[in-house]
Amino acid sequence: MSFISYLVNGVSLGGIYALIALGYTMVYGIAKMLNFAHGDVIMVGGFTVFMTMQMGGVSPIVAVLSAIVVCTLLGVTIEKVAYKPLRSAPPLAVLITAIGVSYLLQNLALLLFGSNSRTFNSVVPIKPWKINDRLTISGETIATIAVSVIIMIALTLFINKTKIGSAMLAVSEDRGAAQLMGINVNRTISITFAIGSALAAVASVLLCSSYPQINAYTGAMPGIKAFTAAVFGGIGSIPGAMIGGLLMGVIENLSRAYISSQIADAIVFGVLIVILIIKPTGIMGKKYNEKV
Amino acid sequence: MKLKATTKNNFLTYAMVIVLFAAVQLASGAGMLSSHLTGLLIPISYYIILAVSLNLTVGVLGELSLGHAGFMCVGAYFSSIFSVIFRDAISSSLLRLVLAMLIGALAAAIFGVLIGIPVLRLRGDYLAIVTLAFGEIIKNLFNAIYVGIDKNGLHFSMKNVMSMNMDKETGRTIINGALGISPVPRDTTFTICFVVILITLFVVMNLVDSRAGRAIMSVRDNRIAAETVGISITKYKLMAFAVSAAFAGVAGVLYAHNISMLNTKIFSYNTSIMILVYVVLGGLGSIRGSIVATLLLYLLPELLRSFNDYRMLFYAIILILAMLLNNNAAFRGAISRITSKIFRKKEAVEK
Amino acid sequence: MSAEVKNSTNNVLETKSLGITFGGLKAVDNFTISIKRGQLYGLIGPNGAGKTTVFNLLTGVYKPGSGTFFLDGKELLGKSPIEISKSGIARTFQNIRLFSKQSVLDNVKLGLHNRFRYSALTGVLRLPGYFKNEKMMDETAMELLKVFDLDGEAKTIAANLPYGKQRKLEIARALATEPKLLLLDEPAAGMNPNETAELMENIRFIRDHFKLSVLLIEHDMSLVSGICEELTVLNFGKILTSGKTSDVLQNPEVIKAYIGE
Repeated sequence: MSFISYLVNGVSLGGIYALIALGYTMVYGIAKMLNFAHGDVIMVGGFTVFMTMQMGGVSPIVAVLSAIVVCTLLGVTIEKVAYKPLRSAPPLAVLITAIGVSYLLQNLALLLFGSNSRTFNSVVPIKPWKINDRLTISGETIATIAVSVIIMIALTLFINKTKIGSAMLAVSEDRGAAQLMGINVNRTISITFAIGSALAAVASVLLCSSYPQINAYTGAMPGIKAFTAAVFGGIGSIPGAMIGGLLMGVIENLSRAYISSQIADAIVFGVLIVILIIKPTGIMGKKYNEKV
Repeated sequence: MKLKATTKNNFLTYAMVIVLFAAVQLASGAGMLSSHLTGLLIPISYYIILAVSLNLTVGVLGELSLGHAGFMCVGAYFSSIFSVIFRDAISSSLLRLVLAMLIGALAAAIFGVLIGIPVLRLRGDYLAIVTLAFGEIIKNLFNAIYVGIDKNGLHFSMKNVMSMNMDKETGRTIINGALGISPVPRDTTFTICFVVILITLFVVMNLVDSRAGRAIMSVRDNRIAAETVGISITKYKLMAFAVSAAFAGVAGVLYAHNISMLNTKIFSYNTSIMILVYVVLGGLGSIRGSIVATLLLYLLPELLRSFNDYRMLFYAIILILAMLLNNNAAFRGAISRITSKIFRKKEAVEK
Repeated sequence: MSAEVKNSTNNVLETKSLGITFGGLKAVDNFTISIKRGQLYGLIGPNGAGKTTVFNLLTGVYKPGSGTFFLDGKELLGKSPIEISKSGIARTFQNIRLFSKQSVLDNVKLGLHNRFRYSALTGVLRLPGYFKNEKMMDETAMELLKVFDLDGEAKTIAANLPYGKQRKLEIARALATEPKLLLLDEPAAGMNPNETAELMENIRFIRDHFKLSVLLIEHDMSLVSGICEELTVLNFGKILTSGKTSDVLQNPEVIKAYIGE
């Protein structure tokens, strides 16, 4: 019986990873860069909700909306200021810049909120669902699964059915050709960052509601794991990020429950390595052949 | 005799390190170094070793590694187990440290090859993420392991001290889970660090300027061309990985035998990333650059100490600006226009 | 010589029905040619005919799906690029592949990698073997560079060479491996007529001086008719015709394949 509850919680955690991983994978697909600061955008989203709701006293819905607005603006600003000037720079330079942005956000948060963790009040109004005496599913878990499923469907529709979505696909396929076809590459990249950051904001709310604490480093580890999940699924692939995130969450939760909570992370990363050895470009990744 | 350009360049690097060491010794002899600054000397040294060795992977071999701290961790733990066991048997702390370094280097090199083999097929960002994952796995495992020794030999457990079932009288815990190893003999001295830096430079710079070094660089420059002239990619990738890991292991040994209370906290991907930042800002493939960048960037937060809480913020901003300045023509143009204006004004005033 | 080389009459390279398929498409099919010792042999054909694929098969970049090939009577089927390089086939690339961040001299020294060997440890410890071998490598490499008039630029970073010289450096690097057979993939691409004429002289010289055979892919017909003794024409992965250069170039089918109906 408890297996089901571990599994459900794993799916919920996986949903959060998937939302974050989507941000990584979309940005990677389009801008060909690892946005190391993405995890810290989550932290900013969490603090926005914390500030507006717990200190400003607004309703949870307003708080969540403000987090989405703040994160979206932040993501677009970071891209404009720090990454856009480096569009033709070597990938390592962009990576280091992203690391710099990550440090910047973390230290700003440290300055503003100190190094102690704050307690985060859940924004989820749903009551726990008691299935029987031994199995109860928390409202946060239900909300997380529901929200991530809805967002994933919406995002898939958006990418495949809208003009902007196909522009995004085109840019990720071949930036030069997309430009020649009259697609505004800079705007497409901005939109990608905006969507990725908005997803991070949603993820932050769900994450902080399920694990009710927040500090300057809250986004770092989920960020790294989601990044791993994106690679897991095949970086650049949107369904890959979803599958990767879900698998990651389930594997993590089940190994925490059945093997050892201390080495759960080691197991998750170990599975990643095994998968990449078997399939070097991830589960849904495209095969890449260098032309000779 | 005319010296080759690389030979000259290498001598300059040795000279810089020796002069810096002498200057520090003089200053410390004259009582000019604060105890705080003295405390930084050994950390700076092992970070220099870490940066130089990582440059071999990232700059010379051209593969992005985000797990250098993992190799450091391997070196630190294996050598510390040795030093704790033989604390009394080997009375000379120098001999103990030298043996510890050999063990740390060997253990890390083996791990370097072990991680190197599976990642041979991977490239670029995939390799980066696997090295990151590897570093986290190592950290995680050492965090969860218990090791003890008694008259019957070594005992291991993944649960707790009790479950090792050691002999009550002779049993001694070596690794106490997340609490780590404590105390590790404090055998590291600044002079030893200096010698190890010189050895690191000797090995890395001579390796790069040799048949094997050229082969490693050929993998970076053009993998397919390297194969068609008969160079084994596998061999030279693993060689670079192993040497790089071995020195990271040695840095871990120096760290562990300086900190005394060893746990896994420092060996996170954040440390790996910090070392990567040193290497990239120092210039890929430039050994001297790695040293200078490590010195500057390690000391920078210290120099900003008067800004107290804001120092890490400044550090982050400087990092971003440095990358933008280095890699964006418009930025560079703007800066040079501003500086030339300032200089022109100065000249005008002087006239 | 033993039984291994008994069937090597006068041929350096013999291919027997080499073929490879990519996703159902026969990129190269039934490719059979033989190249005599010291011969300058041309491989021509329209774009996409599979010429470079033949090179990739002969150098082990791709494993043939069918057929086999021999160098000096020794079968090389299934061998890795490294083993094939050691056996004596060297090549250049259509899109130049130099070790662009290393010096011109070091590029050629990388070609000498398997001819002058010393261990990494010898190199690190600067044992006598290091100095001895490095000196010989330097001398051999400089001689090769002289052939292509590149000795003055030995210390230049390869990426900073002008295009024509990069092509020559690539040939010098290939020669450094001491090949029996040299594969040149469009060596005259991007060269002006003067440079092409000079290149033709270079190719003849290295054939005579290093006693090797050359198989070259080329679109420049002045070069092909100028130096190639025999030609094979490839069209849609199949051999259209093979034979003496003058005969092949007058073959109406060849003209049709090139110019169209």
